[in-house]
Amino acid sequence: MSGTGGISSGGLRHLGGIAVFAVLVASLPLVTKSGVALNFVMMALYATLIAQAWNILGGFGGQFSFGHALFFGTGAYIQAIAQLHGGINAWVALPLAVAGSALVGLFVGSLTFRYGLKGSYFALVTLAFAEVFRIVALSVPFTGGGVGLMVPLRESAGNLQFPSRAGYLWVVLAFVTAALLVTWWLRNGRFGAYLQAVRDNEDAARAVGVNPFRIKLAAIAISGAFMGAAGAFYVQVFQYIDPGIAYGSGTSVEALVAAIVGGMGTLWGPLLGATALHVLSDLTRNLFGELPGINMVIYGVVLVLIVIFLPRGIAGMGLSVRQLWAGKGSRHG
Amino acid sequence: MFDFSILFPSVLNGLTTGAVYALIALGLTLIYGVLHIINFAHGASLMLALYAVYFLKESWGIDPYLALPIVIPGMFALGYGLQRIVINRAGHGKDENILLATLGIAIVMENLALLFFKSDTRNIDTAYSLSTVAIGPAMIAVPKLVAFAGALVVSAALFWIMGRTDLGRAIRAVAKEKEGAKLMGIDVDHVYAMSFGIGLACLGAAACFLLPAYYVNPQVGGGFVLVAFTIVVLGGMGSFVGALVGGFLVGVVESLGGLYLGESLGQIGIFAIFIGVVLFRPEGMFGAKA
Repeated sequence: MSGTGGISSGGLRHLGGIAVFAVLVASLPLVTKSGVALNFVMMALYATLIAQAWNILGGFGGQFSFGHALFFGTGAYIQAIAQLHGGINAWVALPLAVAGSALVGLFVGSLTFRYGLKGSYFALVTLAFAEVFRIVALSVPFTGGGVGLMVPLRESAGNLQFPSRAGYLWVVLAFVTAALLVTWWLRNGRFGAYLQAVRDNEDAARAVGVNPFRIKLAAIAISGAFMGAAGAFYVQVFQYIDPGIAYGSGTSVEALVAAIVGGMGTLWGPLLGATALHVLSDLTRNLFGELPGINMVIYGVVLVLIVIFLPRGIAGMGLSVRQLWAGKGSRHG
Repeated sequence: MFDFSILFPSVLNGLTTGAVYALIALGLTLIYGVLHIINFAHGASLMLALYAVYFLKESWGIDPYLALPIVIPGMFALGYGLQRIVINRAGHGKDENILLATLGIAIVMENLALLFFKSDTRNIDTAYSLSTVAIGPAMIAVPKLVAFAGALVVSAALFWIMGRTDLGRAIRAVAKEKEGAKLMGIDVDHVYAMSFGIGLACLGAAACFLLPAYYVNPQVGGGFVLVAFTIVVLGGMGSFVGALVGGFLVGVVESLGGLYLGESLGQIGIFAIFIGVVLFRPEGMFGAKA
């Protein structure tokens, strides 16, 4: 950032990148009518969205959640229950789901951050909260218990149920683009600077007048909101939710692995990570067929390898290569 | 509601389960106390040990209790190798990285089990599986009594190793003052791996005691992970006495919770304890400081 606190040219370039990305992906359905291709892109974008949500709190805030399914499941259940029991239109239910998940984020954050939980403790407590929610969802009547909830099929854009994948693709792309813009704001705005300062050194941040509690609280609410949007989207696509899908560890793991593989605290990392993992799991499905668990084996192996060899993720690798390049250039010039 | 003839068997049952929980938690707290890392793969490792016990019985007809001298060294070797080859390299100076590495290991273990053994729940048949003994008004299954006694014996052995042997002294030295121990000529990486190995060896013993009265499937570890963490934070991270007392307490809470709230809702008691202790008294009952 030079001088007067305006946005750097690099920042503007990223903004342009986001616009190009959104336009390119949005025009895909005009180029291809292949359901397989559109479905692949839609699922990759969905995986990107949950990775982006995790990245806001984990990558920029340094708070590693092992239970992000907590917000995903809450969004999914609000979306389903509002339609089923409340008779509310899906488009109206969507902001409710997003707001409800943000509220759960505020609740969990106000408990955990008030008592200064961090690191491994925060990770385990978020996991415990997700488990509590899963057991409650299994036990209370309005979630349908273990049987789950089925949202009736009423195909029309007005019901947020589209006849082709294109409609869903545009909806999830809108969320991914919003998350990219929020991430861009985290990298360029004042709030993001505070959040990263709290991540890097909480005491130092406090010493210069930042309130770590409120900063982290805002981050978990934003992160929860995007996760809730993903949950609502899931319900609209698959028209079904149950406690295992909603609050099980699968979604939590998927979110954090994609963000870490792509590069925590970066703008494009979650998109890179989610897409790379998606391509990888598609390849294995073609190689080995539908074997139960093979996908997650690969996720686990990739996670361990990345943590050992590339702790800054794919995007971080690009960064260090560029730094190497820049270093070489300056040495020669 | 608080009838003695209902309450007593329930508490007794909780204590027998609690002894095995304590054994599992001892392994976890040892690893935490020495390496200062939370082994997220603890539950998945227990699941692997349970499968080992299962296949030893089903394929070679080896009784679970006779399998102890096979499964304990096997789990020790697994732990030693994991720490040396994988976990040691993942840290880069940050606790979270180790947690992520052990999470990755847990995911791999669980899903390899799913891949090879399918999601079927399996149990074994032994001559004593269904026999019971009367203690007062309670009928207690024989395998549960054996598990109770066995867990106490293994815990005593662990206390002896830690308190009376050179290995135990080296482990305690490294836990207290890593740099100082290194200067005294202790191979810290070896001690780390030994501690991790002993931690998983506890799981091997626990698996042999558990399976005759329990079952195994690829997801079985998940349930134990949070229970073990609850016990460890309740007792105080790194405290051995805490893990023992915490194990019994959690066993009884789970048993009584199941009695009064029903099977699925009863588990919430454990998570409530976990969240409550971490938030309000993170140093636990016997821990020195957070």
